[in-house]
Amino acid sequence: MLITCPYCGPRDLSEFTYQGDGNRTRPAPASQDLDAWNAYVYDRLNPAGDHNEIWQHSGGCRSHLRVVRNTLTHEISSVGFVRGDAHARKPGARK
Amino acid sequence: MNPRRTATGGRVNRQRPVRFTFDGTAYTGHAGDTLASALLANGVVLAGRSFKYHRPRGLLSAGLDEPNALVTVMRGKVREPNVPATMIEIHDGLTVESQNRFPSLAFDIGAVNQLAGKLISAGFYYKTFMGPAIGPLKGTRFWMLCEHVIRRAAGLGRAGEAPDTSRYERMNAFCDVLVVGSGPAGLMAASAAAEHGANVILAEADAHAGGSANWSGETIDGMLAADWAADMAAGLRERPNVRLLRRTAVWGCYDGNTLVAVERVSDHKAKAGPGEPRHRHWVIRARSVVLATGAFERPLVFPGNDRPSVMLASAAERYANEFGVLPAETFIVFTNNDSAYLSTISLKKAGANIAAIVDVRQDVGEAMRILASEAGAELLAGHAVVATEGGKALRGVKVQRFNMTSGTVSGEARSLSADGLLMSGGWSPAIHLASQAGAKAEWDNGLQAFLPPAPARNSRWLGAGAFTGNFSTGGALAEGHAAGLAACGAEPGETSLPTAETTLGSPEPAPVFEIKAPGKAFVDFQHDVTVDDVRLAHREGFVSVEHLKRYTTLGMATDQGKTSNVAGLAIMAEARGLPIPDVGTTRFRPPFSPVSLGAFAAERYGDLRPERLTPMHDWHVEHGATMQPAGLWFRPQIYGLAGETIEQAYVREAAATREAAGIVDVSTLGKIAVQGPDAAEFLDRVYTNMFSFLPVGKARYGLMLREDGLAFDDGTTWRLGDNDFLMTTTTANAGKVMQHLEYFLDVIWPELKVSLVSVTDQWAGAAIGGPSARDILAACVRKTGVDNKALPFMGIVHGTIADVPVMICRLSFSGEMAFEVYSPADYGTHVWEALMEAGRPFGLVPYGMEALGAMRIEKGHVTGAEIDGRTTARDLHLDWMLSKKKPFIGSAMMDREGLIASGRIQLVGLLSLDGRPLGGGAHIVEAVDQENPHGSIGHITAACYSPALGKYIALALVEGGKARHGSRAFISDPLRNRYGPVEIVSHHFFDPEGSRMHG
Repeated sequence: MLITCPYCGPRDLSEFTYQGDGNRTRPAPASQDLDAWNAYVYDRLNPAGDHNEIWQHSGGCRSHLRVVRNTLTHEISSVGFVRGDAHARKPGARK
Repeated sequence: MNPRRTATGGRVNRQRPVRFTFDGTAYTGHAGDTLASALLANGVVLAGRSFKYHRPRGLLSAGLDEPNALVTVMRGKVREPNVPATMIEIHDGLTVESQNRFPSLAFDIGAVNQLAGKLISAGFYYKTFMGPAIGPLKGTRFWMLCEHVIRRAAGLGRAGEAPDTSRYERMNAFCDVLVVGSGPAGLMAASAAAEHGANVILAEADAHAGGSANWSGETIDGMLAADWAADMAAGLRERPNVRLLRRTAVWGCYDGNTLVAVERVSDHKAKAGPGEPRHRHWVIRARSVVLATGAFERPLVFPGNDRPSVMLASAAERYANEFGVLPAETFIVFTNNDSAYLSTISLKKAGANIAAIVDVRQDVGEAMRILASEAGAELLAGHAVVATEGGKALRGVKVQRFNMTSGTVSGEARSLSADGLLMSGGWSPAIHLASQAGAKAEWDNGLQAFLPPAPARNSRWLGAGAFTGNFSTGGALAEGHAAGLAACGAEPGETSLPTAETTLGSPEPAPVFEIKAPGKAFVDFQHDVTVDDVRLAHREGFVSVEHLKRYTTLGMATDQGKTSNVAGLAIMAEARGLPIPDVGTTRFRPPFSPVSLGAFAAERYGDLRPERLTPMHDWHVEHGATMQPAGLWFRPQIYGLAGETIEQAYVREAAATREAAGIVDVSTLGKIAVQGPDAAEFLDRVYTNMFSFLPVGKARYGLMLREDGLAFDDGTTWRLGDNDFLMTTTTANAGKVMQHLEYFLDVIWPELKVSLVSVTDQWAGAAIGGPSARDILAACVRKTGVDNKALPFMGIVHGTIADVPVMICRLSFSGEMAFEVYSPADYGTHVWEALMEAGRPFGLVPYGMEALGAMRIEKGHVTGAEIDGRTTARDLHLDWMLSKKKPFIGSAMMDREGLIASGRIQLVGLLSLDGRPLGGGAHIVEAVDQENPHGSIGHITAACYSPALGKYIALALVEGGKARHGSRAFISDPLRNRYGPVEIVSHHFFDPEGSRMHG
């Protein structure tokens, strides 16, 4: 499986770390809504088909990527920075 | 000259004899022979014994689908078992042994299993080795003993014990078009793609490109097909954009068009060339793939179909035309389709006698009748072979009239003499790689075969030739060409294709897979699965293909059922009264053909982990340290003196530290620079306690939880500036903590202005502790004071040691007055040596992980053994660190019912009451029951001899924890046979007020 990191280019799966389901919404830090926390920590959709996932390019630029991967075919239909392009480091750009 | 060798024809070089031995007997073949063709040329037809019944077996096929003739290749003492004789190219000195026989292939004691055939049908193990539930053998191990004996009797080759001395290597490759298979279709595809400038890899499992062209005897463009293929291959080899890989079996097709292959680089040579590996493993990423993998001929299922010299018609044709070998003198051909007639003519031309063609069909086409008479064969239409005769070699067959509609035989059985029986039950395209890629096979009722589906528009693979069910050579040429163009995105244009001699006959076989007559009829030759086993599976309810496969082991041998799957399905379909497609087919899994373990490993053997060494590593080794792995790191375990045991060494080191001073290398702790205007806010969110109030120049012990509220990691974080923190983590969790922090900054709180940099490798750390520690520092630290005022508990100062700038923080893990001295990594040893020098008058000793562990156990500090992913802050008595002023990671989840329940395991101390050591992992029980250990109330996480207490002590996680202080319990450690009384006490064994470190 290849993931095309928007910063580094197409790279082998072995460079990436799966960082979980991208559909989760973290409750506000002070929230005491245990159901919402439970859903965030434990509930997973486990779809057969397109799945919104977060991967870290841990063996590369270490960016977190939002990846849409088909769980049946492993086909990846989109990859983007989780932070959004506005926040993402640009190749060659100084911080 | 070999007795069965033809005078001319084939690729073998009759001028070059090659000597090899099979089961100790020397034979001569020719250059170009496989072991299979060379044995046949020598008249050897008995090649192996079958898996379960030890039946004598000969060659069934001529290629990688061979299920019977599996042999062990000896390379010195190294054994390579289960290699098909058809895939071994002979060379001088080749030494091969047959398998699964004792004492010899011709006389095999295991053959008594044939008499017990009824007893050892499918499911034999499951039914038998559950053991008798009643009777005199109930509850005994009798059946286990039988199992041992029987398991030895069944099976394939024996693995060797000598280490494999061959070299293997691995290779990565990229290409525009990967063509798998180099028959007429594959050659055309590779050539079309190459002409359009594509980078092409063409992989061929056999020794020579050409596939069926090598033995079909057809003509292409007016030349012998084999010569046409050789010319094509030579042309491709000259192209710089083509890589032709021979002896390379593509065995797997994975995501993103990643295909894997194994190349047998030097197996065919007496001696590998300089630098040549034995096998080379390829990982090929291809933009597109053309599958031109051909098809496998199927056997027919009838009693005695496994006798030596019963083989596939196409295999005999291949032996005759490619290797110049006639596997027998006189053949009978048994078929349900037209292709066998073409094989017959081929064999006739090569000099074989054809006694008869037995065809299950009553209506045989005129063209085929003419071929039969040209071959001089009696045509027995509407007949079937019902038995074979002979012992370890075929003498003849029995035939009867056969009614295709009812599937029954009738009339007088007639005996025919022959020393070879050829069978053809139709063809199955080799769809394995497409199936691995997710394609669902579709049943074609005309061809009686599972075909690959037409590739989807955006499919990453294309097919050509027999793989798609197009069995004519002309069709293969055209499809190959078209697929080659399509694979590189070229438009189909006007091209004149090579012309092939038209194939006569219909590709559609009669739908007959099995002849029902008394006797063992084999479906899966390699796993000895008979037609009765398939019916038994049906009777016992294992009717789905997945159950059929697992119950009978049909198709689960190393040949993956290449010759047996379809017949097995057809027989099950008939038993269930369903059409074949309704029974379904299993999905093929990698590997398509066996891969040597050496090729998988290649150069990656031995300990592959990188070694992380601290800056002071060499110093430790030079000073007698025993180094011990800690993750990827190596840390001193003890600095043992001559004659000391490990316990004596760490007791001496720990005692010296508590009496004077000790120093330990802590460079392995994870260190993360957390910087930026929001750094303090960020730390407040990730730690359970407050960091924003921490003054510059002070450090604080911090605890992190996971999102689910369980404890994650601990460590100290130092505030070096308003926006500049140095976080330390445990050695084991350094990477995990970094990833955890990065996730929250990148995904959850992107608005926080914080930067994280791992600086673990930038700093060398030395922790120096003990009553004299401060005096030692005072003796060597310049440019800062180290007294209580300048450097209070948890204070940080900057100074120099031996002219090297250092950062010193006063914190303690040992419980003594202690300091962590950080210096730039490159100066780590320099500073360490200066500290040692300054400490000499004070009796400073270096100490290792054992002493560190003993002192932390005495103090009741937790590490990864207690923060084990199951414990909460409260379990570890760290609830004082849980801030109530702010939310933090895990704060919402940590108070869930189950996590605050009373009776949870809690950290306690244990004192050994019998004066003997305690062991990590031992269970704690209220009463010992050695016969039936039960009733664990917790376990020991760490144990040592405490020099301070003069006792064996341990930390443990025990239900109820604190409530049990002062009570007695027992350890129960059946693995180490250690039982004994302990007293449960507070985990603060030593100096619970901390007066020593606050000093």
